[in-house]
Amino acid sequence: MTIEVRNLVKKFGSFAALDGVDLKVNDGELLALLGPSGSGKTTLLRIIAGLDWPDSGEVAFNGEDALAQGARERHVGFVFQHYALFRHMTVFENVAFGLRVQPRAVRKDEATIRARVRELLDLVQLDWLADRYPSQLSGGQRQRIALARALAIEPRILLLDEPFGALDAKVRKELRKWLRSLHHEINVTSIFVTHDQEEALEVANRVVVMDKGKIEQIGSPDDVYESPATAFVHSFIGESIELPVQIADGVIRLGDRPLRLAADGLAPGASRLFVRRHDMLVGPPGSGAFEGAVQHVRNFGPVQRAEVALSGGETIEIDAPRNRELRAGDTIGLEPRRYRIFAG
Amino acid sequence: MGLTLSWLSIIILIPLAGLFLKSLELSPEQFWNILASRRTLNALRVSFGLAFAAACVNLVMGSIIVWALVRYRFPGRRLFDAIVDVPFALPTAVAGVALTALFAEKGWLGAPLAAAGIKVAFTPVGIFVAMIFIGIPFVVRTVQPVLQDLDPEIEEAAGSLGASRWQTIIRVILPSLGPALLTGLALAFARAVGEYGSVIFIAGNLPNVSEIAPLLIVIRLSEFRYADATAIAVVMLVVSFVIIFAVNRLQRWAQSRIPAR
Repeated sequence: MTIEVRNLVKKFGSFAALDGVDLKVNDGELLALLGPSGSGKTTLLRIIAGLDWPDSGEVAFNGEDALAQGARERHVGFVFQHYALFRHMTVFENVAFGLRVQPRAVRKDEATIRARVRELLDLVQLDWLADRYPSQLSGGQRQRIALARALAIEPRILLLDEPFGALDAKVRKELRKWLRSLHHEINVTSIFVTHDQEEALEVANRVVVMDKGKIEQIGSPDDVYESPATAFVHSFIGESIELPVQIADGVIRLGDRPLRLAADGLAPGASRLFVRRHDMLVGPPGSGAFEGAVQHVRNFGPVQRAEVALSGGETIEIDAPRNRELRAGDTIGLEPRRYRIFAG
Repeated sequence: MGLTLSWLSIIILIPLAGLFLKSLELSPEQFWNILASRRTLNALRVSFGLAFAAACVNLVMGSIIVWALVRYRFPGRRLFDAIVDVPFALPTAVAGVALTALFAEKGWLGAPLAAAGIKVAFTPVGIFVAMIFIGIPFVVRTVQPVLQDLDPEIEEAAGSLGASRWQTIIRVILPSLGPALLTGLALAFARAVGEYGSVIFIAGNLPNVSEIAPLLIVIRLSEFRYADATAIAVVMLVVSFVIIFAVNRLQRWAQSRIPAR
């Protein structure tokens, strides 16, 4: 099932949760919507599910208008951040719910329903919890049951809203791997929302980075990390050094100090220079584009994180390999192996 | 612990025991004769029957009111929320006078109803109306916190799983509210059975027709027939107790299906 979203706009009062969003999701894809809170990612997901309605724009499933249908008719599996399991039903009945409420004409008989629920509980590896109540399960187990419940209706699309947001770090990591292999197995077009970049980069085939109701970049996890399209993406994904620079007469300046970096093709004016922390190579004083004094060094396993006061006035943090020990007070040269400059 | 027990004894247990002791002054035969008299039976039937009917109406209407108060934001919501408590706070006699004036044949509501051939004041219907009036806050106030606690997401979940609105209400919302609804029903019922002040004004108090059991007790007392009064009281006590106990068990059973979080 493909999903196509065209020029979607949704306002809450004067706040634009979605401000003209276009997106195409391919069949069988596992897509991540990544962004800070308030970026509109959950609103987009809820509109696709039919739980919210846009002010304008289109949503199509396989080219067919989805906005003409309510949540009930769309056949979309939705997994909530806080599980939204039915407290008064056993795990078994929770999973069976979608099958039991089907119209009489298409409803399966009891034996088929039971077999199907067993199958789903097997799939999420929780068949031994069938007779428990949701309150007796751990968070990770509840979320897997919520997923099994959503899958029971054989959804055309699976939508997950911060599915691991309420879980602790260790469980999240396990479930991430599990979700990816599950998706591989069932191969349903899936979209999940997250504010955790690691989660998005690790699980998804493609990542959509959103900010302030707009899509900033769509690309593979490598794309958005290695070639960020905007300043926002660069600073949001991965740890970045951000420096305010001035470009004039083909020269890039940090404060009043010219940098030995090429300014070819860059528009003059105030700009921002982004470098990944581990892309700053340390050299002897006088080498490289920057020069600075080491203020403070901490060791993290294979890297040393150094705070460096640049001679342009800014203080930055870099991650350097430990083949050359840095000490507080050293003067060093720094050469960005890779960098990007965005206007504004 | 000791304090709790002594206090409970002084306030509740000793008066109840006194009631039973007093009724022991009667021989079983006398006791039976008092109860089996037509007037007593009719009074008990009016009290329990109408109280139960009123509690059922309150259950339905109370649920609707709670739903509106919790789920919708509308101007004056806080005011309505406060108004629900009025029957709690109002002296029952005041409520009785107000209802009687309203439903009397020349009252604001009584006149159009009388024109339609329905007589409310001074009939059992009047008792029924008064019982609904005093019982409604019990349902609203017991169900309200539970509904507030119920995450609207579970309705969205039910909807996205293909449930119709009706299926969502029957299969998801009502079972979650079950124990609270039963408690509200029991409280509204208990209050309506014991209600005296507001009912006697509007009831007309016609023996065998619109005479409630508490009033009959008062009448017997004023006739110095103390044993008769206590006999009726004991029956009311036992029946109330049995009903409350049954609802309690039902509620436990409903709750056991939703283990505490």
